[in-house]
Amino acid sequence: MALNRMFRVCPTTGLKFHEPAEALMKANAVAAVVSLLVGGVLALLVLLTRWPAVHLLPADWFYLVLTGHGLDMLVFWIIFFEIAVLYFCSSTLLNCRLATPKMAWLGFWLMVLGALMNNFAVFKGDSSVMFTAYAPMGAHPAFYLGLIVFAVGALIGCFVFLGTLVVGRAEGTYNGSIPLVTFGALTACIIAVFTIAAGAIILIPTFLWSVGLVDHIDSLMYRTVFWAFGHSSQQVNVSAHVAIWYAVAAIVFGAKPLSEKVSRTAFFLYILFLQLASAHHLLVDPGLTSNWKIFNTSYAMYLAVLASMIHGFTVPGAIEVAQREKGYTKGLFEWLRKAPWGNPVFSGMFMSLLGFGFLGGISGVVLGTEQLNLIMHNTFYVPGHFHATVVVGTTLAFMAITYFLIPVLFRRELMFPRLAQWQPYLFGIGMSLFALFMMGAGTLGVPRRHWDMTMAGNLLPHEWPGTAYLMVGLMAISGLVAVVGGAAYLLITVGSVFFGRKIGTPGYARVRVAEGRATAAPAQPVAAAITGHGSAGAVAPGTFVLAMVLLVSFVLYYYVNWKYLAQVWPLK
Amino acid sequence: MSAIQPPASRVWWRQPLDRMEIVWIVLALIWCLVMFFMMPYWHVFGKQNLANEAYQTTPEAYLRKAQEVVDKYTVRKETEQQIPVVRPPAGSDVYLVARLWQWWPILELEAGKSYRVHLMSTDWLHGFSLQPENINIEVHPGYDHVITVTPTRPGTFSIICNEYCGINHHTMTSKLYVK
Repeated sequence: MALNRMFRVCPTTGLKFHEPAEALMKANAVAAVVSLLVGGVLALLVLLTRWPAVHLLPADWFYLVLTGHGLDMLVFWIIFFEIAVLYFCSSTLLNCRLATPKMAWLGFWLMVLGALMNNFAVFKGDSSVMFTAYAPMGAHPAFYLGLIVFAVGALIGCFVFLGTLVVGRAEGTYNGSIPLVTFGALTACIIAVFTIAAGAIILIPTFLWSVGLVDHIDSLMYRTVFWAFGHSSQQVNVSAHVAIWYAVAAIVFGAKPLSEKVSRTAFFLYILFLQLASAHHLLVDPGLTSNWKIFNTSYAMYLAVLASMIHGFTVPGAIEVAQREKGYTKGLFEWLRKAPWGNPVFSGMFMSLLGFGFLGGISGVVLGTEQLNLIMHNTFYVPGHFHATVVVGTTLAFMAITYFLIPVLFRRELMFPRLAQWQPYLFGIGMSLFALFMMGAGTLGVPRRHWDMTMAGNLLPHEWPGTAYLMVGLMAISGLVAVVGGAAYLLITVGSVFFGRKIGTPGYARVRVAEGRATAAPAQPVAAAITGHGSAGAVAPGTFVLAMVLLVSFVLYYYVNWKYLAQVWPLK
Repeated sequence: MSAIQPPASRVWWRQPLDRMEIVWIVLALIWCLVMFFMMPYWHVFGKQNLANEAYQTTPEAYLRKAQEVVDKYTVRKETEQQIPVVRPPAGSDVYLVARLWQWWPILELEAGKSYRVHLMSTDWLHGFSLQPENINIEVHPGYDHVITVTPTRPGTFSIICNEYCGINHHTMTSKLYVK
């Protein structure tokens, strides 16, 4: 069987696209956007029901729609997009052919099939069990089987990525180490393999239970193993969107990492510790000891949090250095003021960085503190936190990189460029406020996954204070802004990909292995190679100030929550 | 070389760190350690901790114990469902049953006194959420979770289920009285 060795060179960026890799990236990106569309419509319905002023859907529909929203967004949109990112970071960034394109297509179609099966089970109406599907509450077998088939497809995608790294190395398409962004994608891939293994361990027995072949699934065992899958999959997202931050810094500014060593070590810390995070969900569960909870919830002394704090410094730091080299050296923040705020690739990425750090990161650590979890567990605080991480962090980063991929990968001009300038702000600010007000309501105790906070008709209802209603109302209004931002993204991407003006591109040409070899890097004297930023010292003062603002907010907010906890009834 | 290209030099790991980068890493690490040790610290010096006391049991055995307490200490019945209101003596074991879609019985406690409150579900997962105190604990089927709790102030409190438990999840609310 002849290998497909057809490549094209992007005239604007110089990136090399392998023909099957390009088709696969497009297919995965399109499937992701379709999932986002479905999940987005469901998001609007959830929002309009939780808003007491509207209270749109009846209870059964609300729980159905909330289940579909969670799955289509958190699983299908994000993982389809991540597979496209993996192929981009391997084949395109390493200038090499994608390994086993046929297997990659098999993986893709399995993912499509799994997503359809799962959605079918949800919309049939007997699987309103939420994203978490906690046993012993049961769903239709197609619900679990769909997830399993989808995960098998995603696993194939991971191995195609790893195979492509091997091909790139064997055919010598790059020199030295893989790029930092590819390293980040590799981190995501390794965590994804672990995640999918954990998913198999819990979903396969649960599927067998749903068809009657296993007679008991223990609820604590389910939650422990499920979250090794459910939370680790969020760490895949973190690794992927941090890789995208570095990529955007490189694409927009030509920024190079402050230190390859530091950034790569930080990614490595993710691999070592992130999989412990299952404990975040089990802090107020019976049957587990505090020692287990403390060690696991803190990722072994917060070393994965340390990694995120490092990325949060090195990404803007790299941008600052690149900008200062261009002459934006006035004061602490000229580099940031003069950044291309009208370019959605940059503005989306930077808001993703800020939102993930200030809202998602800080709230995540607070929520994941053993005792503090008592005053937040399963309240609105939880979805508030993860909308800040997964939506403002991951989804907004994916949206930002899309504006780069439409001309480069799809070879189309952006439609509605003015709207595209505004889109990251609408979505980013709307979603950040949404998450913030949601956390506010959670602090007041309003539960998540709840049809009616007014509790009308309950035998013994609870009266919420007026501030709780105010928080939920503000949350709903901010959420509507975010929905408009999301709709703008869909309009721009779908419009551009199908109707945008085509950009003339040289066609594919066959590249033989020998021709594809990277030319050896010019020999550098060792002394020059190791004089990086280090010798200059204090290269990113503005970023350092921003980082200190983050640290101070973090410390204050952390201890405010301990103060809240100290006022609660004593428990032993 | 930018982050989407291989590092320029093969010996990238020998590049010295920028001064601010290393300062930030050290500060962040210190903060991480502070947060880590805050949890054991609170176990020793703080008052709000879960005790790790839990027993595996069956719904029948648990219901039997709950029934004994209800038989002994019921002071009145409330609502059209005649849910018993139980006023147990301070320090005693009290059993709260979580089930689709009800908390049973209703507890009446005394401020300043401690009680060993048992939490268990007899069917699916439920969430014990005491409002407006905002104490939230996961309730499992088959795991009898014991929490020694000391109400600090009198009043009428609500118990809300905050773990999704099916179509009538939102109706699963109850009261807790503190005299």
